[in-house]
Amino acid sequence: MKTFRIGGVHPAENKLSAASAIETLGLPKQAVFPLSQHIGAPAVPCVAKGDVVKVGTKIADAGGFVSAAIFSSVSGKVAKIDSVIDASGYRKPAIFIDVDGDEWEEGIDRSETLVKECSLKPEEIVEKIKNAGVVGMGGACFPTHVKLCPPPGSKAECVIINAVECEPYLTADHRLMLEKPEEILVGVSLLMKAAKVDKGYIGIENNKPDAIKLMQEKAAAYPGIEIVPLKVKYPQGGEKQLIDAVISRQVPAPPAIPISVGAVVQNVGTAYAVYEAVMKNKPLFERIVTVTGKSVTKPSNFLTRMGTPMSQLIEAAGGLPADTGKVIGGGPMMGKALMNIEVPICKGSSGVLIMNDKEARRGEVRPCIRCAKCVSACPMGLEPFLLSTLSDHSEWERAEKEDIVSCIECGSCQFTCPSNRPLLDMIRLGKSTVMGIIRARSAK
Amino acid sequence: MDLILVAVISLGAIGLIAAVILYVASKKFAVYEDPRIAQVAEVLPQANCGGCGYPGCSGFAEACVKAGSLEGKLCPAGGQAAMEKIAAILGLQAEASEPKVAVVRCNGSCENRPRIVKYDGAQSCKVAHATCGGETACAFGCLGCGDCVSVCRFDAIRMNPETGLPEVDADKCTACGACVKACPRNIIEIRPKGKNNRRVYVNCVNKDKGPVAMKACKVSCIACGKCVKECSFEAITVENNLAYIDPAKCRLCRKCEAVCPKNAIVAVNFPPRKPKVEAPATEAPKAE
Repeated sequence: MKTFRIGGVHPAENKLSAASAIETLGLPKQAVFPLSQHIGAPAVPCVAKGDVVKVGTKIADAGGFVSAAIFSSVSGKVAKIDSVIDASGYRKPAIFIDVDGDEWEEGIDRSETLVKECSLKPEEIVEKIKNAGVVGMGGACFPTHVKLCPPPGSKAECVIINAVECEPYLTADHRLMLEKPEEILVGVSLLMKAAKVDKGYIGIENNKPDAIKLMQEKAAAYPGIEIVPLKVKYPQGGEKQLIDAVISRQVPAPPAIPISVGAVVQNVGTAYAVYEAVMKNKPLFERIVTVTGKSVTKPSNFLTRMGTPMSQLIEAAGGLPADTGKVIGGGPMMGKALMNIEVPICKGSSGVLIMNDKEARRGEVRPCIRCAKCVSACPMGLEPFLLSTLSDHSEWERAEKEDIVSCIECGSCQFTCPSNRPLLDMIRLGKSTVMGIIRARSAK
Repeated sequence: MDLILVAVISLGAIGLIAAVILYVASKKFAVYEDPRIAQVAEVLPQANCGGCGYPGCSGFAEACVKAGSLEGKLCPAGGQAAMEKIAAILGLQAEASEPKVAVVRCNGSCENRPRIVKYDGAQSCKVAHATCGGETACAFGCLGCGDCVSVCRFDAIRMNPETGLPEVDADKCTACGACVKACPRNIIEIRPKGKNNRRVYVNCVNKDKGPVAMKACKVSCIACGKCVKECSFEAITVENNLAYIDPAKCRLCRKCEAVCPKNAIVAVNFPPRKPKVEAPATEAPKAE
């Protein structure tokens, strides 16, 4: 079975919520929409305090080419445009909407009927995706329309759909495939049409045999789409790892991007969002969020409106367990520990993981014993122990030479370290510093 | 016999040619270095702290000699004494400089600023600052991992385990500014040491709006502006929800300290206040 070539780890899968069907979560009392919930320029509010909005009303315009519009997920009145504490504990500008009823914008097709036929031109599809504020739903939130507009000189050859869900615990994509397979496949065909390619792959790890089987059955009716079962290995959901696993091509070090080897990678959730945006005229304002954890009473998958506070999801899953040690936004490998659980669900919130006290505790940091486990675990072929030391010593030039910017921050090194060294913490610091230096140099 | 002779002669010849080349090179490529650079370097503290803005002590010595005047040059570690010595060597006038000291502008001790979460990542302020807002609701205050302590070359800054905040030893501090650069939150400021070591400053860097800052910490500046009104010397400004006392204008009258409702303004090394005796005296006639 296929997988990527170097590195990788296999953390305990813990897919506790895999059997829980997607439930629709109730409306929040107040929805909060941070203005930067995607990579790129923050969105610019196009509503003011006191404005009445409906479900699907645009409340913020894209702030540039690499940016995305934001749509209201609720109907009601704009309470204020103020700052909100985000997951990291810093204040970021956001739009607050007091919920009143549930009135949708006209033109959004709310029926469940599957629409397959699309007569739009590729450019029109991209335009529709852009106007619906669709971003990568895997977590990085890169605006989708940007990926579909290849830079001059490069040409897309295939679309690869990331349905790997290699993060332990998370099951949002898994459930989506089981419940909306046809919609996803139509979404993939739309992405293929938009990228002007006739080959599409959907990579699924083989810990989801039911999803693989179902998708294979349904995909037979869609020409050009192939389901690729993959061996379970983290971080297979990384763009570069997935390209390596599916079409055996290697993306060179930055500034090269996936399109340099002819691949356009999109998340399976994005494919679904594209289907809804293009075929149903429904902008991106809701997503599936997994709420899970070993002590959680009812691990669930919720269809959640954006802007809902995480505390409401936790409540719906049976409340915060008494032995909670950490609440993590996202999966256990790449997610971020939350400073407060009132933070709103954003476009990239794939899960809420509640770890118990014992699980959450980091081990005592001991000296590096030069075992090189981190080196063999690194999927990018880097030397994490060295990068972390260079970062600690502020040796930025050397860190740049050692390709610190190639790090995908997957955390495999830190996961595998027998001395519990905070390798990724230090590398992340070094990476952002070196990227700043490179940016300053190219600006000169 | 012949063999030995050939060896001696050829080696001798090589030696001679090499000597000539070396002699010519040493004359032709000689670089004249002002002997005063070495002399100046000798009186510097050799801490290589970089506080002067030059790469190490020898860099500063060279700059002093080449500049031809000592205007704007100060070795913070050596202080005025070192500058006088340099002036004597170079026959120049040392610029009168005010002694300075590093000031930590955060009073968010464990008691004043309750910890709401626990940070367990790498023990480095830079990493903590990049990953989260810290352990408290204040996203501006001290993170307490001690980056400033580890960069100090003069052992002048220490963590107080009780408050969780760094404390500067004013006698040891040379105001080289290494801690200022190390702090990712720009909490530390180099301020004039003041007469008799007396200083008045805003002991807070929180730029949140009043109510938010008030919730986060007992002694945060809430930008109420009382100090601005009280100050007779226009030394205080409020910008971005934070008051700042300009040390150049401050006359150390301590009026602002008295009016600050949050005790965010502190005055250090002053004798205890007398007005406590005065206050009842002025109130007494009113009561009668």
